[in-house]
Amino acid sequence: MTGMLEVSVWRGSGEEGAYESYQVPARENQTVLDVVSWIQQSVDPSLTYRYACRVGMCGSCAMMVNGQPRWTCRTHVKRVLERGGLRVGPLRNLPVIKDLAADMDPFFDKWVKAGGVHPPSRTRYQPIQPVRPDDPGRVEANKAIECINCSVCYAACDTVTGNPDYLGPAALQRAWTLFNDAKVQDRQAILDGVSGAGGCHNCHSQGSCTRFCPNELDPLSAIAGLKRASARSFLKQRRQEC
Amino acid sequence: MLKPHRHHPLWLAYMLHRLSGLALALFLPVHFHVLSMAITRPESLDHFLSLAANPMVKLMEFGLVFLLAVHFFGGLRLLVLEFLPWSPGQKSLAAASVAGAFLISGTFLLRAV
Repeated sequence: MTGMLEVSVWRGSGEEGAYESYQVPARENQTVLDVVSWIQQSVDPSLTYRYACRVGMCGSCAMMVNGQPRWTCRTHVKRVLERGGLRVGPLRNLPVIKDLAADMDPFFDKWVKAGGVHPPSRTRYQPIQPVRPDDPGRVEANKAIECINCSVCYAACDTVTGNPDYLGPAALQRAWTLFNDAKVQDRQAILDGVSGAGGCHNCHSQGSCTRFCPNELDPLSAIAGLKRASARSFLKQRRQEC
Repeated sequence: MLKPHRHHPLWLAYMLHRLSGLALALFLPVHFHVLSMAITRPESLDHFLSLAANPMVKLMEFGLVFLLAVHFFGGLRLLVLEFLPWSPGQKSLAAASVAGAFLISGTFLLRAV
């Protein structure tokens, strides 16, 4: 690939801003993050964006690329180019700090609210609890532990857009992992924390989280699992009361 | 136009389910009103039913059955998705077998009619 790419990048602070156009040299192998870095290093050093590892481990470089949320360090320009151009913006559903850097606080606050802190069942003075890798709960919990907190699912979700209190796919998937973790003692507390207002039952199963997760995780199924578990727990409580 | 992050089948299925539900909700009061004519104004009902031979009405009936079918299957899809912890492959097989069953029984019904 030779020639120039037409790249429009969101510039501005807070809610104010507009897309500005840049001409970026096209390369044979080039990621969206490379393009953004080139603009910052060669045209405008004041361009603000966020990245760390550049290899899809840290989850800090997610942005909207041509209207879709993506991890920019592992998104090849060739795969997403539309009519020779790119449109790069900050992640949806999060406040913008400046340019391409979104404020991740709401995302992480919800992660913690849904059970980001592991509540252990034993102290360090007790023997380690053995967990068999093929235990069904462990198999289910394993499915989501590769989440890198990039917030791509959160940006893809229209339910988050419509309801700012909704915990969102990543946080709920985390709760599902804890719910299936044999080392978590009070699993009902996990369930209670995510089945009220803003919890798993707000999900409309649009599936954008699973569609866009860069690590190919499946928050949609995790949230469905929480819905099932909380429905079962509700029915069980009713039966005990009768 | 449809925003790019919505360009995938599950989102479209979600929207189709919502829109078909809304359209059916709008249709139902009209439907009940027409049915009530059987008691209140039988002649008006007969006149109305004679319109059903019109090709345009046939097309609208097709639309109505389509909305019903789409909403019905959309609901089944959600129930399967949310209440049966199956793997995606198993879900596709289950959906295919239900679709196949409806195709066969639907064809049978059409022949009978």
